[in-house]
Amino acid sequence: MSHGPSATGGADIQGAPHGHHDDPHVPVFTAGSAPRAKLDDILSRYPTKMAGLLPALWIVQDERGWISEHAMKEVGDVLGVTAAYVKGVVTFYTMYHQHPVGKYFIQVCTTSCCNCMGAEDVVKAFLEKTGCGELGLTSPDGKYTVIEVECLGACGFATPIMVNDDFVDSVSVERVPEILKKYS
Amino acid sequence: MGYPHKSHPRETPILSKYFGDPEARTLEGWKARGGYKALPDALATDPVAIQNVVKESGLRGRGGAGFPTGLKWSFMKIGDGKPHYLCCNADESEPGTFKDREIMRWTPHALIEGCAIAAHAIGAETCYIYIRGEFTEPIAIMERALEEARAAGVIGDNAMGSGKKVNIWVHRGAGAYICGEETALMNSIEGKRGNPRIKPPFPAVAGLFGMPTTINNVETLAAVPHILNNGPEWYKAMCLGSPKSNGSKLFSVCGNVAKPGNYEVVMGFSFKEFLYDLCGGPLPGRKFKAIIPGGSSVPVITIEEAEQVKMDYEGFMEFGTMLGSGGVIIFDDAQSMPKQLARLARFYAHESCAQCTQCREGTAWMTKILERICAGQGTFEDLDTIFELTENMTGKTICVLSDSCGAPVCSGITRFRGEFEALITGKRSSTVAVG
Repeated sequence: MSHGPSATGGADIQGAPHGHHDDPHVPVFTAGSAPRAKLDDILSRYPTKMAGLLPALWIVQDERGWISEHAMKEVGDVLGVTAAYVKGVVTFYTMYHQHPVGKYFIQVCTTSCCNCMGAEDVVKAFLEKTGCGELGLTSPDGKYTVIEVECLGACGFATPIMVNDDFVDSVSVERVPEILKKYS
Repeated sequence: MGYPHKSHPRETPILSKYFGDPEARTLEGWKARGGYKALPDALATDPVAIQNVVKESGLRGRGGAGFPTGLKWSFMKIGDGKPHYLCCNADESEPGTFKDREIMRWTPHALIEGCAIAAHAIGAETCYIYIRGEFTEPIAIMERALEEARAAGVIGDNAMGSGKKVNIWVHRGAGAYICGEETALMNSIEGKRGNPRIKPPFPAVAGLFGMPTTINNVETLAAVPHILNNGPEWYKAMCLGSPKSNGSKLFSVCGNVAKPGNYEVVMGFSFKEFLYDLCGGPLPGRKFKAIIPGGSSVPVITIEEAEQVKMDYEGFMEFGTMLGSGGVIIFDDAQSMPKQLARLARFYAHESCAQCTQCREGTAWMTKILERICAGQGTFEDLDTIFELTENMTGKTICVLSDSCGAPVCSGITRFRGEFEALITGKRSSTVAVG
């Protein structure tokens, strides 16, 4: 439930000067590919094709790091829904990246339970030490994007953070340099 | 065992007995610890008979609403010719709650056995465990355990050689608090935006893919094998308070407290002893001030009130709050209540699915007002506006997210009005509870 990167300041609209593109789009779910096989296996668990949408989007993000408009169209074609429908779903869920993000995407929980244990200072430390400066912006070296996230569900281990798919709990300001060293 | 602390002698570790024990994660390890004893018998038993055992046990939903589990199961009409579905709600996103995470991390097979029994009891052949997207570790552990269970024939098309079909799959969420609401969860599995549905129809009539569906919380399902193994009377007898609240309950404790973590106690346990004895009391040099006892969506109470509470559904209601999910959030005397409640309101504003006007606008407006007060620019009228706003946000929307924003905020203003007034009048922030 992240607050999402805000760096691009606009949509990934065709022809938009600051939008992100993946031209030419290399399809993810080509016949005989591993992602295709994985999706087919997942689809066998559900009575409808549409139920494969969230899993399909996860596969795209795992493969490409983000979900472009072209990829949304591809997923729509595979599952028999429109690109617009797919975008409607992508925009609902905060974990799908609609833009490229830093190599290490850092989400820091700042909801009340962590907030009262100093989560805001942890955010500040990450922004400072990564060189991101601002929430949602990617550091000049392209390595880090730091965002605030709503409750990560590990409230007794304040402050939990996520670095890409890794969950790190009990993060204090003091531990920030050591964590960044691991992810560098 | 316990995690992250050793079990306290006054705990009743039933679900949490093997937290912290990595060997309990494997099928073999789980069997050696008494796992999968209930499932073979259950699969050979009439579904309605299992529903009745769970009804007699007094088990109520551990996700927050406290609805009687056996009764919920009995709404599923066995033999109606339709496919039935079981959804396990592992979306655990309620601030302050992190118990299901530990059940999945340490005892994945306990949940699998519970799911398999429940699926059989409601006439379902398919169960989806909907886990929030951020829980990467629990997802990996559950996937591994499910693969093991499938390979061993514990679940699958011929579960434990019973001839019964029980397929269980993990469905990963993608970041949306609202998907913990049961109808939003079903939409999410179907590949839709996680907007809650209007009820009726209730899920037992038309749920997932339009078919009869039951949605149960992780902790609820994990308790089922124990009830079948030990009998409903055993479970019912675990009761220190109201006779309507039975069994053991996991409480997640977080915030300003010496020993945050999960604690499992019998329903009706003294909250005072829980806070000071089990959880180790406040941090050095501090005092407890306010407590949100059941996840962030329930009203805040003062420590003076909390010290009188018996920890069960009725006990918390007596003091105007709720047991909810059992996520105990503690604020001490170093915290500003206006600031913390403003942060909570921001959570709800961010998580509103935006279908209903009252919620979409109300949560954002409430956040704006509270942040204004915190910035020293609030007025006394602002406090009245919050109460008016809450009235318009309560009981008027498709789901209860909107109500959940007003509950902690209004109870917080009522009980800690001095702190809000101090910010409005520009005086030093008061930490004294009033009212």
